[in-house]
Parts: sequence; C-alpha cells; structure tokens
Amino acid sequence: MIRIEDLHVEIGDREVLRDINLHIGEGETHVLMGPNGSGKTTLIRTIMGFADYHVTEGAIVYRGRDITNLPIHERARYGIGLMFQRPPTIAGLKLGKMLVATSGNRPEEVAEYAAAMNMAEFLERDINAGFSGGEIKRSEVLQLMIQQPDFVMLDEPESGVDLENISLIGSAIAKLLEKDRHIVSRHKSGLIITHTGYILDYIEADAGHMMCDGEIRCHGNAREMLQLIKAKGYRECIECKKI
Amino acid sequence: MQKDIEELESLSVEDRKRLAISGLELDSLNRCGSFFQIDQEIVHMSCEYEGIEVLTLEGALAKHEWLEQYYWKLVQKDKDEYTRFVADQKHPKGYVVIAKKGSKNILPLQTCLFLAHESIQHVHNIIIAEEGAELHLITGCASSASTEHGAHYGVTEFYVGKNARISTTMIHTWGENIEVYPRSAAKIEENGTFLSNYVAMSPVKNVQMYPVAELVGEHAVARFNSVVVAMPGSCLDLGSRTILSANNTSAELISRAITRGGTVIARAHILGEVEDTRGHIECKGLILEDGIIHAVPEIEGWVTGTELSHEAAVGKIAHEEIEYLMSRGLDEDEATATIIRGFLDVKIEGLPEMLQKQIDAAIDAAESGF
Ligand SMILES: Nc1ncnc2c1ncn2[C@@H]1O[C@H](COP(=O)(O)OP(=O)(O)OP(=O)(O)O)[C@@H](O)[C@H]1O
Ligand SMILES: [Mg+2]
Repeated sequence: MIRIEDLHVEIGDREVLRDINLHIGEGETHVLMGPNGSGKTTLIRTIMGFADYHVTEGAIVYRGRDITNLPIHERARYGIGLMFQRPPTIAGLKLGKMLVATSGNRPEEVAEYAAAMNMAEFLERDINAGFSGGEIKRSEVLQLMIQQPDFVMLDEPESGVDLENISLIGSAIAKLLEKDRHIVSRHKSGLIITHTGYILDYIEADAGHMMCDGEIRCHGNAREMLQLIKAKGYRECIECKKI
Repeated sequence: MQKDIEELESLSVEDRKRLAISGLELDSLNRCGSFFQIDQEIVHMSCEYEGIEVLTLEGALAKHEWLEQYYWKLVQKDKDEYTRFVADQKHPKGYVVIAKKGSKNILPLQTCLFLAHESIQHVHNIIIAEEGAELHLITGCASSASTEHGAHYGVTEFYVGKNARISTTMIHTWGENIEVYPRSAAKIEENGTFLSNYVAMSPVKNVQMYPVAELVGEHAVARFNSVVVAMPGSCLDLGSRTILSANNTSAELISRAITRGGTVIARAHILGEVEDTRGHIECKGLILEDGIIHAVPEIEGWVTGTELSHEAAVGKIAHEEIEYLMSRGLDEDEATATIIRGFLDVKIEGLPEMLQKQIDAAIDAAESGF
C-alpha cells in the first residue's frame, strides 16, 4: 500500500526525520511508538503533504505511485486520510457544512454517521471551536468516516478519551480499517500513533515501529514492544537497536 | 405582484437578476407587501396585511397630520450635504410604513429602490412599529447594470415602540461608479428590539453610512450586523453607533469584512450613559488581496455598571485551516472558498428564518461568482 524509502525531512532548517524506511502492505495496520518529540507526528504529516515539512531526500510511494511532491488534496483523493492530533479551529465554518463539502455526492450520509459518532448536536457548531479533547477525536473519526480513506493515519486516537468513548472510537476505526473482514478481502491499511496502546484492544496491529530522535530504531510485534516500554521505559527499547 | 412582473418587463433580464439578488421577490407569496421605486418614480405599492399601512411619504404626510412629529426628528436636516439635498426636495420621495399597535407579521415587507437613469436618487423613509407590533423589512437597493454613474441618498427614520420589534435587512447590489449615502437613525422604546442587517457583496464606488440607534426605554435591545466585501475600487465606510441611555439596555454590533482589493472602514461605537447597560462590538476582517481594512471599534462608558467590550481581528486565512480542508480532499481554491463562506456566515438571533435564508442566498450568490 505505502512504501517510505530513505526519507529525510526538515522543518525550517532543522532535520527532524532521518533515513526513514517503512512498508505497510494492503490490509495491514501498523503502530508507531516513540517518546514525545521523536518525530511521529512529523512522519504522518509529511505523508499527508503539509507545506512546512520539506522532504530533502528519499521518497513516499503510495500504490506504486511516487507522491512525494503531490499537493495534499491529491493525496487525499488517492485515498490517504489523517486523524489530526491537534486540528485547527475554523471560525464560522460549521462542522456539518464541512462534512457536506467533503462528502462528494453523499450528503445524506452526514446525518447518519454523525448520529453514529454521537456528534449530531455538533453539526451546527464551528469546527473544533471549544470542542473537548474527546469531542475532537470523535469529530476527526466522523470526518474520516465520510472520507472513507484506504490508508488511514491516526495520531493518538485515544489520548484524552474516556473509556466509553474509547470503545466508540475504537470500534469506528476498526470498521474504517475493515477489521470485520477477513484479511484476504481487507483492502484498507492503517498507521496508528499511540503511547498507551489502549486502542489495540479494538484494533489488531500487524507490526510495530519505534521512533526515536527522528529515526525508526526498532521493528517488531506491537504488543510486545509496548509491554517492554511499559516495563522498562523507552531507553531499553531504544538501546537494543534490534534493527 | 404578478402584474408587476409585466411592469418590470422594461427592465433587462440582468437587472431583474440583480433585483432578485438584492432580495426582491416577484411573486408576493413570501412577502406581506411591496414598495418599488425606480429612480424618482414609485411604480408599485401594495400591502395585503391589515395591520400594516404602506404609504408614499407625500401621501402619508397629507393623510396623517401627526406624522410631522416623526418627520426629520431623528436625522437632522442640516447634518450634511446629503441630508440637505433630501430636505430641499419639493416632492420628497420614499415610503412610510406603519405597523399598527399589536400587529405581528413574520412575512417581510419588501421595499426596493432601483437606480436606472437618474444621476441622484433620493428617498426619505419613515418606519414606525407601534406598541407591541412586529415588523420585518427587506430592502433591496440596486442599480441597473447599464447605469454608469449615479448616487443614492436615503434618509430613514425608525421608531420602535414599547414592546415592539423591527428588523430591517438591506441588501445592496450597486455598480462600480455608484455612490451611496444612507442616513438613518432609530429610536427604541421600552422593551423594544431593533435589528439591522446589511449585506453588500458587489462592487460600488462609495458607500458611507453611520446609523445611530438610541435606546431610550428600559430593556431595549439593538443589534447591527454587516457582511461586506470590498472589490478593487470600492470604498465602504460603514459603521453604527448605539447609545444606551436607559437601564438594562443592550447592544451588539457585529461586522464581517473582506477586502479583495478595496477599502473597508468598519466603525462602531457604543456609549453606555447609564447603569446596568451592556454592549459588545465584534469586527472581523479578512484581507484576501492587498486592500485596506480599518477597524475602528469604540466603547465609551460614563458610569459604573455599564459593561462594554470589543474584539477586532484583521488578517488572512491561516494556512493550517486550508491544509486541514485539503487533507479531506478539497483543492486549495475549494478550501479557501469554504473557509470564506464560513467567515461570512452570521446567524442573526431573532431574525425570521426566511430572512436569514435571504441573507445566506445573497452571500452564496456573490461567493459562487468568485
Ligand atoms: N512546525 C514545527 N516547527 C518547528 N519544530 C517543529 C514543528 N513541528 C514539529 N517540530 C519539532 O519536531 C520534533 C518532532 O515533533 P513531532 O510532533 O513529530 O513529535 P511526536 O513524536 O509526534 O511527539 P508527541 O508524542 O509529543 O506527539 C519536535 O522536536 C518538534 O518540536
Ligand atoms: Mg505527535
């Protein structure tokens, strides 16, 4: 589905990512871990194509096509979707209006999905204005449900979400990733950033990657890696340099 | 108003479209009455609704002697050259609307002032809502697509009685070389509400206005909303002033201004003269192309117990906002247009839904043209 090759990324004139290699196959979900400030968000925002993130070396290949220099909306139209860690507020723009604008020809789905995500009352509110942490996550998942991306990137989907909402969000994401389908008929892929791994109670991960200081230092089984981090902290995991 | 479509047939298709954008509905289903003046000629006047009397100014002055107490009482004749011009007319034009005591209508009365040929169109309007009456007006002002030069001087005096409510929604569709000088004022009695909405989305040479609302009765409320776009060559000097001169009165002055190369001066002034008064000003400006947005919010309090505030912001669209929408599949232009439409979206409390839709439609029509 997506292949990242020897990627180097600068923000301003500072190199934030170095020599990133990652391959996610069709139907697979991978987990990205790593300490605060290690570069996880930077990686997925670079994949989405935001202007502040300059690729100085390497390539992002999506479904066989080099998308390294494509504008954001073309990546989105090819099927890449992103759940933001901290989305901006847009004064005056109602969530419902935005959903209709991005839904293509399916405005009727907006009400249905909004109800499913418990967001019906938010459709008339300005996007993200005064939304609580959990409400932002629900709104992000709702936007992805409308968008139906093939490759879904989720930036800390469970952080700041209470138990009841984790189950709501977790199940919705599982559905986005076609986890209800057998692997052979599953075509959606995912990359999930998580610190706690709670989301893995709802979504089975196929692999994990550890990022540290702008590099991916370790690949392995996501649950085992998380357990190790929980038990021994990041240091041990980083120092082992299994890669 | 079916018959009048024929009367209006002399207007070009394009001019009729301009009138429609300004809020004129040719079938009167959604209107309780109409007044239509082309240049200095009153071509149509009707009102189906019993509780509302619509008259020409000259007719009204002849019919109701008491109207003298309302004529040139809020706007001063010698305020400036424009009011003097209107005051000097032998045959003053314009309309008088009287909503009788206790009458309520949600359907708006439409008034339309169309500039076709004359160099200066002048009107003097008096709007009265008697005790407990509710009156909604939609005023479409437009000039013919073929009118090259011209000016519109309009004096309007609003009287909102005790427990009464007036909403006035003005949608302007002028031309590039037209100059517009409305001169209006409102007086609001106890527990009365005055809502004034202004939409101007098309090019115009000059609009200058600064209506004043005086809240003289307790619990009176005034709200002004304006949504304007300044195209290159346009200068919109707009504002409003509210004087809180009775206890428990409140005012809200809200403006959204966009420049695409023109100039907007967004003025606002709230004066809290007595205790237990509240006022808020919100001026937001978006500079899409180099032009000028000059926000001048003024709050002035004279006593303890008046609470006045303002917020003003002028800037461009943040690129994070554009990128956010692009990540959902909109291209840059679509994302920008969606954000602009949101910026211009002002929901007006207390306005009948139909009028809100009319405002939304006027903004949509203009925005889809960009
Ligand atoms: N726009 C920016 N300007 C300057 N520095 C930035 C910018 N975005 C990210 N950085 C820096 O890049 C580094 C990586 O940040 P990133 O947000 O990718 O970390 P993260 O792994 O997602 O951390 P967290 O777990 O806290 O979310 C940090 O040092 C951060 O300060
Ligand atoms: Mg992050």
